[in-house]
Amino acid sequence: MDLQIAILLAQDGITNGAIYALLALALVLVFAVTRVIFIPQGEFVALGALTLASLQVGKTPGTLWLLLGAGVTVALVDLVQALQRGSHRRMPRIIAWNLIYPGLAAAAIFLLKPAEMAMPLQIILTLMLVVPLGPMIYRLAFQPLAEAPVLVLLIVAVAVHLALVGLGLLFFGAEGSRTPAFSDASYKLGGIVISGQTLWVVGASVTLIAILYQFFERTFYGKALRATAINRTGARLMGISTVMAGKLSFLLAALIGALSGILIAPITTIYYDTGFLVGLKGFVGAIVGGLASYPIAAVGAILVGLLESYSSFWASAFKEVIVFTLIIPVLVWRSLTTHHVEEEE
Amino acid sequence: MQRAILILFLLLLGSGPMILSEFHITLLNYIGLSALVALGVVLLTGVGGLTSFGQAAFVGLGAYATAYLTTATELPGWLAWAGGSPWIGLAAGLLLTAIVAWLLGALTLRLSGHYLPLGTIAWGISIYFLFGNLGFLGGHTGISGIPALELFGHELKSGRAFYYVIWVMLLAAVWITRNLLDSREGRAVRALKGGTVMAEAMGVDTARSKIIIFLIAALFAALSGWLYAHLQRFVNPTPFGLHIGIEYLFMAVVGGAANVWGALLGAGLITILKQWLQDLLPKIFGASGNFEVIVFGMMMVLVLQRARDGIWPILARLVPAARGSRVAPQGDALPRKAMPQSGTAILDVRNVFKRFGGLVANNNMSLTVRAGEVMALIGPNGAGKSTMFDCISGVGSVSEGEIRFLGERIDPLTARAIARRGMSRTFQHVRLLPNMSVLENVAIGAHLRGTKGVLPAALHLERAEEQRLLAEAARQIERVGLKDSMFEQAGSLALGQQRTLEIARALAADPCLLLLDEPAAGLRYMEKQTLADLLRKLKSEGMGILLVEHDMDFVMGLADRVVVMEFGEKIAEGLPDEVQRDPAVLEAYLGGVE
Repeated sequence: MDLQIAILLAQDGITNGAIYALLALALVLVFAVTRVIFIPQGEFVALGALTLASLQVGKTPGTLWLLLGAGVTVALVDLVQALQRGSHRRMPRIIAWNLIYPGLAAAAIFLLKPAEMAMPLQIILTLMLVVPLGPMIYRLAFQPLAEAPVLVLLIVAVAVHLALVGLGLLFFGAEGSRTPAFSDASYKLGGIVISGQTLWVVGASVTLIAILYQFFERTFYGKALRATAINRTGARLMGISTVMAGKLSFLLAALIGALSGILIAPITTIYYDTGFLVGLKGFVGAIVGGLASYPIAAVGAILVGLLESYSSFWASAFKEVIVFTLIIPVLVWRSLTTHHVEEEE
Repeated sequence: MQRAILILFLLLLGSGPMILSEFHITLLNYIGLSALVALGVVLLTGVGGLTSFGQAAFVGLGAYATAYLTTATELPGWLAWAGGSPWIGLAAGLLLTAIVAWLLGALTLRLSGHYLPLGTIAWGISIYFLFGNLGFLGGHTGISGIPALELFGHELKSGRAFYYVIWVMLLAAVWITRNLLDSREGRAVRALKGGTVMAEAMGVDTARSKIIIFLIAALFAALSGWLYAHLQRFVNPTPFGLHIGIEYLFMAVVGGAANVWGALLGAGLITILKQWLQDLLPKIFGASGNFEVIVFGMMMVLVLQRARDGIWPILARLVPAARGSRVAPQGDALPRKAMPQSGTAILDVRNVFKRFGGLVANNNMSLTVRAGEVMALIGPNGAGKSTMFDCISGVGSVSEGEIRFLGERIDPLTARAIARRGMSRTFQHVRLLPNMSVLENVAIGAHLRGTKGVLPAALHLERAEEQRLLAEAARQIERVGLKDSMFEQAGSLALGQQRTLEIARALAADPCLLLLDEPAAGLRYMEKQTLADLLRKLKSEGMGILLVEHDMDFVMGLADRVVVMEFGEKIAEGLPDEVQRDPAVLEAYLGGVE
């Protein structure tokens, strides 16, 4: 390996690492607020990428059916509950978010020709389709189990992951998709070629992280999420709804996942099940941060990206073996350094 | 009734090959293979509380080991002798799996809480990718041409012929698992879920119990893999991936992870459902693919939301439970340790400090307990009494200072090692296993007085020792006055009785020093009298007792000497009468005398 290749690999690693870092942040966020180890995080990556790709080639994205289906189910569950509790005032809100909004999204897709839109508009449309799925999934799968032990929530998360992968196959088929790059430009910096897409990915990730930081530090909802993460009961006593916090954290996770998918789609071909491995690599990063620290998680994720990139050069067949075996010493180190308290059932 | 259903089930199972079609035989074969893995998951996850998504990888190890050894034409020289025979393949597969599982277990079982299942996902993926990328294992195309099994000169080429092999092995595994759970080792395993602190204080090596069930689960999986390889006579990496590992966990959870029969039920349900959905869904959707995962995923979420214990307990409720033996177990007394001479100091706590960050919970504490006396440790709430108990019994570590028990320094030792030296305790917040009977809970206390290991337990060759342990537990239950509740679930007792149960459990360990943390709390007046009588009797037999208690009448009537703590420090020590007149004590309790 000469310096040229080493730098190229580093560039690759940092690009992927930036995506993993975003996912790691989402995982830390969801775990801290809801105690859910969000295995399906990667599915949002695939959904984001595949939805954008469908829109660009003029196909109706399968995500629309997912959104309509999830919306109807949530509406049914919530309406029945509202009837039972006699809280009729909640009903218009339930109908608006779970029936009318998906209906409008469907109208937008069928009436405005998305394939002819400018890319930023396509991206916005993609996010409008994918992101509401986050809170809907929280409502259906996790909200009824909000007080369950972490292990039960983990098994549910794995179950949701399985269902979403199956639905992804159903709605998008087995073929992969790739979207055009945001920018074809490349820049020379002292003999090193840096591609425009790399700059886009790294730039967008850094911007997003900065926005999230501002959100948690400065806004009321951000602080509410932080409060819930630190002490659920305490936050509840202060009038913060844990249901709201759960839904909001899933909304952010879906947003981050879909954006990551949009960023990564021009670099690699995305299949319906690609998200899982991408998400798990974000996981390795999140675990380096002990599922608690955002900056350490981000650094961990970049390291995973670099490790993956260099191991694909030396032993490409064993790339996944190396990355996932690395997690074990990391886990051991983590569990030795964190104070262990027995979980009483 | 239950026995009748079991016999009917076995008869139906046995007559299967005579009456069923080829299709149904194949289905039952696959149910048996999955149930074997799911049984391991029940033991590991349902009973032991260790969640694993990675069992499919062990199935793969068992399958690939035999596939490679029986088909490779050019085995490396050192391995040449092992080629060709499925039985050597089985032995090799089990050995390889045991080694890999032991290594993975040693690394990942110490992971706490949710880190362990994440670890199993990681190695589940790693091992799967290894199968697909190692050249000598045929890569993603796999290995074909695996020979059929030969049994008593017959080649088992058809599924029909294989049926009995699978089901006999599965039922043997069920028998072994049930035997194991109903034994001294089994009680230790069942304590892993939510009771490790208690179990360690009773002398159970919980790390060892964890690795044992991890190994057993892995070996069941490897056995299933070996059967699969010789039934299918072809292996590739697909059935050993993470998604299949998840499916095995689902089988156990859907069936009922706390019961061995839940594994069979879950394996049956999921296998049949999968078969049915794989036919149906592609027709509905007009495309091919593993769409059954959509249904499995959603079903799993519903099961966990609506019936977290799975389907087996719901079915079991339909059948009236057999009233098990309600006769107190009888047996020879266990050998007892020699008691120290009455009056000799057995516990010596010297200048002990315990700090939690900046908080000093125990500040320069010293006290002694002699054989044949009751030493009471009293003080207002938050004075640090229970912390002191944890330091002495090894449940917590000492920051500074020294504790000697029977002349030996014990503060660096683990709770388990201290229990072995003859100290036993109860907990302020009761720690018992609510779903186990009072008898079994107390028998955990006698853990260190038995020696028989896993293998005799699995084959039920340790019945004589088991009988003596249970008889000892029964005697202690009778002694503390819980005889009528011996076969009740421990969780159904009133709080006061649960505390009494803890005393019986501590006594079953044959201690010479007994640490009692608020034993009288929640007891009625008469019950307190009985408890006081019991403690006096133990004292007269030469036992040393260290007692934390808030009921002053109880303490002062019983204690020989009293140590008073406040804010982590000792403020007074002496005879009960002296202490009651001590101005510092009055200050602490009553806010001072004018």
